[in-house]
Amino acid sequence: MKKINFKAVLALTTVLLVALLATGCGGQESKQSEQSKDQQGEEKLKVGFVYIGPVDDAGWTAAHEQGRQYLEEQLPYVDASDYVENVPENPSDAERVITQLVEQGNKIIFTTSFGYMDPTINVAKKYPDVTFLHCSGYRTAENVGAYFGRMYQARYLSGLVAGKATKSNIIGYVAAFPIPEVIRGINGFTLGVRKVNPDAKVKVVWTNTWIDAAAAKDAAVALLDAGADVIAQHQDSPGPQQAAEAVGKLGIGYNSDMSKMAPKAVMTSPVWNWGPYYVDTVKAIKEGTFDSTPKYGSLTYWGGLAEGVVGLAPFGPMVSEDTKQLVEQEKQRIIGGEWDVFTGPIKDQKGEIKIPDGQKMSDQELLEMNWFVEGVEGTIK
Amino acid sequence: MNQEIIVAILATAITAGTPILYAALGEVLAERAGILNLGVEGIMLVGAVSGFILALHTANPWTGLAVAMLAGGLMALIHALLTVTLKANQVVSGLALTMFGTGLSGYLGKAYVGKPLPVPFKVTPIPVLSDIPVIGPVFFQHDPLVYLSYILVPALWFFVFRTRAGLHLRAVGENPAAADSMGINVFFIRYIYVIIGGMLAGIGGAYLSLHYVPSWMENMTAGRGWIAVALVIFATWNPANALWGAYFFGGLDALGFRLQTLNVMISPYFLKMLPYIFTIVVLILVTKRNITNHIGAPQALGLPYDREER
Repeated sequence: MKKINFKAVLALTTVLLVALLATGCGGQESKQSEQSKDQQGEEKLKVGFVYIGPVDDAGWTAAHEQGRQYLEEQLPYVDASDYVENVPENPSDAERVITQLVEQGNKIIFTTSFGYMDPTINVAKKYPDVTFLHCSGYRTAENVGAYFGRMYQARYLSGLVAGKATKSNIIGYVAAFPIPEVIRGINGFTLGVRKVNPDAKVKVVWTNTWIDAAAAKDAAVALLDAGADVIAQHQDSPGPQQAAEAVGKLGIGYNSDMSKMAPKAVMTSPVWNWGPYYVDTVKAIKEGTFDSTPKYGSLTYWGGLAEGVVGLAPFGPMVSEDTKQLVEQEKQRIIGGEWDVFTGPIKDQKGEIKIPDGQKMSDQELLEMNWFVEGVEGTIK
Repeated sequence: MNQEIIVAILATAITAGTPILYAALGEVLAERAGILNLGVEGIMLVGAVSGFILALHTANPWTGLAVAMLAGGLMALIHALLTVTLKANQVVSGLALTMFGTGLSGYLGKAYVGKPLPVPFKVTPIPVLSDIPVIGPVFFQHDPLVYLSYILVPALWFFVFRTRAGLHLRAVGENPAAADSMGINVFFIRYIYVIIGGMLAGIGGAYLSLHYVPSWMENMTAGRGWIAVALVIFATWNPANALWGAYFFGGLDALGFRLQTLNVMISPYFLKMLPYIFTIVVLILVTKRNITNHIGAPQALGLPYDREER
């Protein structure tokens, strides 16, 4: 083509604009607050949220969204109407969105995905009078707190359920990435399984994806073929539970109550419950008692069953009364505080004592966990 | 590995390969007509979400499938309009279509995330055939869409290489000017096959949301559209090769998971890389001149056709 084709240029521009609108801007919806004052005309405390996914993802972001709604219900003086969905984790987008929330008058901002850690710290330097809280990271500052939940405790409880249910003594675990959070979950789960069933093994298959439901399902099918009769998962999609249901086996979901997706398979699901933490934190900041100093390893806050940040979704009808009682008993033991999941004696995969009798792993050790406990079949690459 | 495991891997290879196969068959047709469509990933997503929504509301997976085809065809129509009529750059238009499809499907599916589909395509073993040892469980214990693909592949192969209409299709992709002078309507043919290609990609997407993991999740195709584009090259633009190529690519994941359960560690990153490595190897082979004449890319692939510049 020798001459410039204006039609083509026009067409390309149109398509690019449409694509840009659909993916870039259209995907991000910022709910602007209309009334930031309550009836008495008093200034409300504005709280903003940054989300990695859509609020109805039935998983990670949905859990934070429920926490945000709970916060608004519980504290009438809070206006938490500014939240931004689908924010990419790259520094430029994340910093822009966080800065925008500050400029809209939010005094407290929760950034709810690992990749927002550095952007949060960077923006926080410019706004010392705003308090930031970042989920699942390890960096803090004067006005930046790091928070997370002890999901391994809920996974331990779900492990008890799985250990009671298995007949083949092989439990499949579809896991996403070999990072400490996932490894800690597998170990906590396995300790629960072995508590009630010392002969059972937990077979791990890595998928290297959080979201690919088809791959997660294939992984579960491979585990079922290898003899597993209960499928647990650290995946955002219900694929593994559907695979278990298809062949009449059982499963343990994750993130949200997955029983809707596979009612005959799902016995329970470890779930997040951020509401109480959001309420407590906002209260503390308003009253001036908030302190971002890391107290739990590198975290400012690491709540578990005791604080209600993690828990189990309602049990399916296949779970026996005995098992429910046992779970309740162990739950109270953890809430009591004198015992936690990672209290020795704990052996590693080779059968060597890793944590001596009576010794508790420190929070920092837990946050950096990179080895499997005895009973796990699989490798950490 | 015993026979049972091998059968299981092969059967999984077929189900895992089927969504890629449909999308690749569609792309074979479009590229045979000379139009490169890199929008497959986006079209699959739109097919997956629209099929899911309709199947859920009508309680019938077949209406879902029909709507997925319609939606895929409409998406492809945008591409045809831009690249055939407006002669836009095919690569840019295709990439834009993928971005558009990703955003659009996420938007349409917002209210449907995490909803179960009570009426998915179910596994229906074929009587008699499914009882044959090894072959039965590998090939004949699947869902209707897999069986449909068994028929579609030889039919398409026959159509492309043995019929007059197929000859016209190939002529348009090889040398549109010559085809035009023979009285073949190049624009019409290109429109038709790009649209049919989009419909097939729509089926590929719907296969995921209506059978594989009957549910909708954002980005649930997870790169399968791109594998399909690579597969077309790997299959040297031949529907028959696309079949076993799709099963091979699909089987790699299944094999990786099986090996993990046997405590054999092959890095999943390596396995995920393999389809592309094979594609590059094939690409190098087909650029050799003497091979190109037999199995190479359609000569006019990616080039807009303008009658006035003939």
